[in-house]
Formats: sequence, C-alpha cells, structure tokens
Amino acid sequence: MTPVSYGDIFRILTPETILEVVSLLVLFVDLAWLRRASQAVRMRTASLLGAFGSLLSLLWLLPNHAAISAMGGALVSDTTVAALQAGILGLTVLVLLLGIRERFSRNPGEYVALVLLATTGMLLVAAARDLLLIFVSLELLSLSLYVLAAFAKARAASAESALKYYLFGGISAAFMLFGFSYLYGLAGTTYLPAIAARLSQLPLSPIELVAFVLVAVGLGFKVAAAPFHLWAPDTYAGAPAPVAALIASGSKVASFAVLIAVTAALVPAWGWTAALLCMAAASILLGNLSALVQTSVRRILACSAIAHAGYMLLGIAAHTTASNQAVLVYALTYALTTVGAFAVVALVERSTGSDRLDAFAGLSARSPLVAATLLVFLLSLAGIPPLVGFWVKFQLFAAVLQAPAATGWGLGMVVLAIAGSAVSLYYYLQVLKRAYVTASADSSPIDVTPLESFLLVLLAAAVLVLGLFPGLISGFFAMF
Amino acid sequence: MLAWTIYLSFGGALLIALFARKQPQLARVLALVTAVAGFLLAVWAFATQTGVTAIADCDWIPAMGIRYTLAADGISRVLVLLTGLASVSGVLFSWNIERRAGEFFAFYLALIGGVYGVFLSADLFLFFVFYEIAIVPKYFLIAIWGSTRREYGAMKLALYSFLGSAMVLVGLLAAYAVSGGHTLNLTALQQYPFPISFQMWAFPLVFLGFAILAGMWPLHTWAPTGHVAAPTAASMLLAGVVMKLGAYGCLRVAMTLFPHGMDPWGWSFLGIGSWRTVFALLAVIGIVYGAVVALIQNDFKFVIGYSSVSHMGLVLLGLMTLSQIGLDGAVLQMFSHGILAGLLFAVVGRIVYERTHTRDLQALSRMHLSRTLPFAAWLFVMVGMASMGLPGFSGFIAELQVLIGAWTAFPVFTILAGVGIVVGVAYTWRAMQTAFFSDAPATGQTAHSTESFEPITWAEKTGVLLLLAASLVVGLAPRILLDQITPAVLALPHALLSGGRI
Repeated sequence: MTPVSYGDIFRILTPETILEVVSLLVLFVDLAWLRRASQAVRMRTASLLGAFGSLLSLLWLLPNHAAISAMGGALVSDTTVAALQAGILGLTVLVLLLGIRERFSRNPGEYVALVLLATTGMLLVAAARDLLLIFVSLELLSLSLYVLAAFAKARAASAESALKYYLFGGISAAFMLFGFSYLYGLAGTTYLPAIAARLSQLPLSPIELVAFVLVAVGLGFKVAAAPFHLWAPDTYAGAPAPVAALIASGSKVASFAVLIAVTAALVPAWGWTAALLCMAAASILLGNLSALVQTSVRRILACSAIAHAGYMLLGIAAHTTASNQAVLVYALTYALTTVGAFAVVALVERSTGSDRLDAFAGLSARSPLVAATLLVFLLSLAGIPPLVGFWVKFQLFAAVLQAPAATGWGLGMVVLAIAGSAVSLYYYLQVLKRAYVTASADSSPIDVTPLESFLLVLLAAAVLVLGLFPGLISGFFAMF
Repeated sequence: MLAWTIYLSFGGALLIALFARKQPQLARVLALVTAVAGFLLAVWAFATQTGVTAIADCDWIPAMGIRYTLAADGISRVLVLLTGLASVSGVLFSWNIERRAGEFFAFYLALIGGVYGVFLSADLFLFFVFYEIAIVPKYFLIAIWGSTRREYGAMKLALYSFLGSAMVLVGLLAAYAVSGGHTLNLTALQQYPFPISFQMWAFPLVFLGFAILAGMWPLHTWAPTGHVAAPTAASMLLAGVVMKLGAYGCLRVAMTLFPHGMDPWGWSFLGIGSWRTVFALLAVIGIVYGAVVALIQNDFKFVIGYSSVSHMGLVLLGLMTLSQIGLDGAVLQMFSHGILAGLLFAVVGRIVYERTHTRDLQALSRMHLSRTLPFAAWLFVMVGMASMGLPGFSGFIAELQVLIGAWTAFPVFTILAGVGIVVGVAYTWRAMQTAFFSDAPATGQTAHSTESFEPITWAEKTGVLLLLAASLVVGLAPRILLDQITPAVLALPHALLSGGRI
C-alpha cells in the first residue's frame, strides 16, 4: 500500500477547488447582498462572478499542470487532460457570458452555482481513470444538469425536458453501474489500465459482452448516441438556452474524454468495438434522417448532435493515438460551434419567442451580423471548408482509415459518415434559407448587446481561423 | 502573381459584404473592379507564361503533410482566363440588380474566388477546399435572386454538388490513407503506384463525383433546373464555369491519379468492358439526350439548360478518348462552351427576359422580337451559329477535335455524338425561329410588340462584345489556346494519351 500523496491530489484538483469555492461565493453574494436587487442585476453579477471563477481556474491550469497522477492512478493529469479541462472551462465561460441576459430563473445564484458544479463534474470526468471515480463524477455532472434543465420553472417544457433527461439518465446510470460491477467482477479491479491488462488475458465471455452492452448504454446516453438518444431532442428543445448549450458543449467534451479512457481499457476485446460501431452507425443514420423533418431549430441541433456523436464514435472505435486526438479536437471544436449556434437561437427566441424555423425568417435583414455568424456556425457543422468543421472531419476520417484496427470496417463506415454529412447539408440549409432567403414581415432589428455581438464574432472568427490554420489547434494542445 | 486572382476575389467579396451592403452602386463598381483585375491577371499570365509555373508553396498543415501549393499549367491558365472572362461579363449582365445588390456581389465574388482556387490548386486537399467553397454561394445566389422554382432548384443543385463532393472526399481520403498519409500533392500522388484493385473502385467513384458537377447523364438533372432558376449572372457562371470545375476535376484528379481505373475489366457485357467505355457511353447519351430534350422545350431558358448538358457530354467524351487530340478538344470545348453558354444565358435571361418578362417560346413568338429587339435577335443568330459549331467560332474546332479523337476509340459513339450535334442545329434553329423570327400574329394581350423595349445598356453591350470577341478569336485562331493546352496535355501521364490499356 503506497502512502496517499495529498499534495498530488490537491495539485490535480486545484481547478476544481477554485470552481467549488467560487460557486459557494456566488451563492453567498447572491443570497446575502443582492436579495433586494433587480433580477437583471442579480443575473449579471452571478454570471460574471461565475465566468470570472472559471477563468481563474483556467488561468491557474495553464502554467500549473504537470504529468502527475494521484490515488494510485485513479486521477491523472497530463497534457491532453489539461487541454481538455482548459477547453471545458473556456466553454463554461462562454456559456455564462452569453446567458447573461437570460431571465428564465428567479434564482440566478443557484443557477450559476449549479453550472459551476456541473463544470467541476466535467473536469473530474476528464481526469478520472477509475470506474468508481468515473461514475461519481459523471453523476455530479448529470445531477447538476438535471436540475439546470428544469430551471425555467415558469415553462412547462423545461420541466418536461428535465424529467425526460432525468428518467433516461437515471436508468442508464443504473445500467452503467451494473456493467461496471461486472467489469469489476471479471477483472478484480476498478482501475482502467489494470482492467485492460486483465481483459486481454481472458477469452471473450458472455458476461463480458453483457458488461460491454451495459456500459455502452450508460456512456451512449451521455454522448447522445443512438439508440440511447431519445432524451436529446426534448431536452435540447425544452431546457433554458444556456443549459442546452452546456449540455451540448462541455458535457459532450467530457463524455467523449471518458469514453476514450474506457475504450482504452476495453478495446482488447472485439465486443466493445462492435458495440461502438453499432452505436455509431445508428447515430449517423438516425441523427441525420430525423433532422430532416424537424421544424424547430433546437431539435435540428439536437439531431445533428446525435449525428456528430456518431462520427466521433468511429474515431473512438478506431482507437489509435491519432484518432483519439482527432476525436478530442472534433469534440472541442464542435462544442465551440454549438455554443455559438445556441447563442443565436437564444437571441432569436428572445426577439420572436420561438425557435421554429419560421422565427428565423428575414434574420439577415434584421441583424446581418447575427445572421452571418449563424451562417458560419451551421456551415461549419455541415463540414464546409474553410471552416473548422470540415478540417476536423477530414482529420477524423483520415485517422480512422489509417487505423490498423479499422481495416475491416473503416472504409464502409467512413462512406456512411460522409454520406450522412452530405444529407446534413439539407437541414442546415433549411435554417439558413429562412435566415437569408425568406423575407419576414417583421423587419425590426434584433436586440443584441455589444457583449453578445463581440462574443458571437469571436466565436465565428475562431471557427473560421481554426479552419484556415488548423495548426493552431495542435498549437493549443501543445501549450500544455 | 496569379494567386492574386483568388485573394482579390475573396477580398472583394469581404469588402462588399462589410462596407457596401446598402450601396448598390458602390457594390457594383467594386465587383467590376475586382473582376476586371482578376481578368487582367489571367490575361497577363496567359500571355506571358508557358509550361508549369509554381505560384505559391508553403507549409499549411505539416502534421498531415498538407501544403498550400498553387501552380498553373496550360490547362489551368486557359480555364482561369475563361473564369476571368465569365466573371467580368457576369458583373456586367448583373448591373441592373437592385435588390440586396451588396450581398449579391459578395456571394458572386466568393464563388469566383473558389473557382479560381480550384483551377490553380496543386494540392488535392486545397483543391477540395476550394471546390466546396464554391457550393454555398451558388445556393444563395439562386435561392435569393432566382426565378422559376428558385428554392427547389437551388436546393437540388446544392445537394447534387454536395453529393458529388462527398464521393470525391471518400476517394481523396482513401487515396491519402493508401499512399501512406504523407502528402496530398497532386504531382506526388500521381507518381505513387496505387494498386490496380484500388484504382478500379476509386476511379469511378471520384470520376462520377466530379462528373455530377459536369452534368453527366443521368445525374445531370440539377443542371437544367438550377440554370433556369438562377439569376442571369449565376446561370452564366454555373453553365460557363462551375460545370467546368467538374470536368477539370475529372481530368486533373480522377484520370490523372487513377489512370488504371480505365483499364479493361477482363470481361465485357454488351460490349462494355471498362469504366472508360461506361463513361463514354454515358457522355454520348448525354449529348443526344440533352439535344433531343432541348428540342421540345417551351421555356427558352430550358432550351439553353439542356443544350449545356449536351455540350458538356462532348467534353466528357473528349476526356474518355484518351488521346492527345481528344483531350485537346475537351479542354477547348470547356473554354468554348463556357463562353457560348454565358452568351446564350445572357441573351435569354438578361437581354430578352428582363424586357419581355417571359421566357415562353410561344409568347415570345407573338412579340416579333426581330423587329422590336433587333440587337437580341442578331446576337442570338450569331451565338446560335457558334453554338451549333459553325466554322469560324470556337465551338467548331473543339467539337471537331473531340470527334476525331473519339473516332479511333469509339466509332459508334462518334456517330451518335454526330447525330446529337445535328439535333443541336435543329433545336437552336427552332428556338431562334420561334423566339425571334416568327410571323405569328400579335394577339391582344401581347401589346408589347408595338411598344418599344428599353434600349440595350452599355453594360450589356460591353459584356456581349467581350464574350463574342473571345469566341471569334478562338474560332479563327485556335492556336492561341492550343499553344497553351497541348504542352499541358502532353505532360499528362502517358496512359492518358496512348489510348489506354486494351
């Protein structure tokens, strides 16, 4: 029994600690001093404080990460993990700042505190390499998100979305825990690398397959992969916009990170790859096809999220260094793009009260800037060069085709994925058609604050510049 | 230097989008200046350069061996020149656009920039990036400023294009993975010995992907609907230049990288024994089918739309001849059709339609346009003759070369293609007769025949002059182009010039 190094644990957990402290501080400030202040002031203060806390955590992370592990390897920090955590923190900052004018909640302090708790969960998920720790941090993330999804108490849709999210989430978490228990039973350990070593010695047994399926249910739910995707459209449509953005961005990044870590342990057995491929194919087909008939932009984004999850699962199934790296880059840039898209949806909703396709009519006349950023975000999601969405797809598919594990299925699945993304152009263009082609009766400008314009332009510029100079992305990972 | 055609176009698009959204006049002038600058650069390069010239080469994505490489050979320079001509005349024929003019010219120049980029790329990844950049502006140009069923036509065109580029992307990724993932440079890949079994499926996939954009039957259906729905300048560009992107991709990527994909299969079915024969057959069907369908159209623009399918079939047939003269003819036909399709769409979509507000041949026949719009009538006579392939215009020499090249390889197909060209005479004649020189009596509702149409503007005259002069010059002295094209064709892989492996 090696002595526990509390110093290392603390070093790894400092960003999380900062977030926890700030979340308490937000609650305190909101409840102690601002009780009589107006709703807007409270929301602004809480959001700014929360964004500040995340930024602080991010700034601490930049110089102070090291390749260390704690608790016998259950918790690791290396360059990739640090880069992911930095990305997640950055996404939280953006979500909080873009939601600064939201009025869905009468308890802004609690909203921001929960967002920070969810972010803490994401950071932990990205760093965890032990089944128990993975489960605990995933639950921290999920429970915070369930509550957040229900935060717009005045709207029935919000409650419905949270209930669906919670019921599906609760059941799939139970499945996953059950699967983890089988894995523990098979391998005699909860530590992922040790599981990998043990499983590679065992022949594939039915119990192992059962365990794989159960784990796939849980993780498939988190990344919204078909057939465990049913919650996604309703939750994306009903949850408050910033929460939906958080579910679609930071939570996705963290879930893909843990999926990669788990895959590293389970991939010696072919059953796991098969499970991943089934989910990937189903997600690509269902996501793209169901998006075709949606009339709500949030639902389109949800269906497209399912499809994108399918593409990323291919990279995870290929499981080489290059493909894992490509998946992480894909997840981060996808999250960045989605945050931008949700910000535009939120602006349109605030102006028209709806996220239906028709609400976007005449957007280019009402606000050329917002329409132009929406154009950039959606075309990037569709994978049109020179935007970053094209580059990450290219990198991902190239990595899959080159992976030795993918010789049997690589080409077929890549063809399916590319065909799927060809279909996807149709529904993205449906939104852009409303924004640019259809004229609207209402031509009053959309109300956008300078901060929102700035953030939207920043995001759109990032999507464009990262696409033009993809070297910058590896530069970001090299910073750590 | 030639790279500035790309940068100028995108820069112009950005400038207009940012600063000239509300000032149509400023947008027009800026667009014209940009287009003329690009055209002058193209002329300069065409007149002064020979052989393969490197334009730019620097690291882009070192981790994957992708470089930003631009280069031009004779074929590129000819097509860049065509793009320059089409872009200038397109701006001139769009001079009357008032609604959202800033956005129109921004999308227009973005499309032009993408097209220049494709013709100049020497790295496959870069090629593909520019190729896809050209898709989105097309959609918006048609959907916002188009006419008949514009949203349907625009979406169909965008999806067909995207489907084609998805097929190309699969081939590109596979070629990258098979060749070891070190480079996507076209010259380097050309030297890589791809396994024959790989070429056998990669070639048809990539060729078909590009051929969709070149309007190959039976995947041509986006072309007539798209061309008809598009505003005049966009139809001119679509038929004139964008379809050439497809044909250029077929030649530069599919055929050059996977020449053995055209080898015989070793067995044959109804005389079809290789992908080469399959595509030659489809090209011939396109020639005849396009011409026959054009013969029975009542919408003037559909006549031109289907004639484009027919003429692009000649380009594809020329490519499949795998002989120097056939390839020469194919490239020449790309140039010639680019000019003539532009002119035809300008006459029908701008000069006639903007004045009569109808494209229905029966309605036009009652307007006695030869008297009320003599400029349009005589212009159509000239362009129609050029389009039929009369000697003296650019179409003649191009079609002749294609047919001579095809004769040795596919005698039966050549005869069929000849029939298609004869039908071409018929539909042009019919359209000309009905639209301009009919003596059908004017009915009450078409009182237009007595009132005078607004006069032809300077912009229209300049555009017409530019394109017609280009067609005449090339028709009278094809050497000017062939001196550039032939060395570039001779530099292609030997398998493409030697009639393929039998």
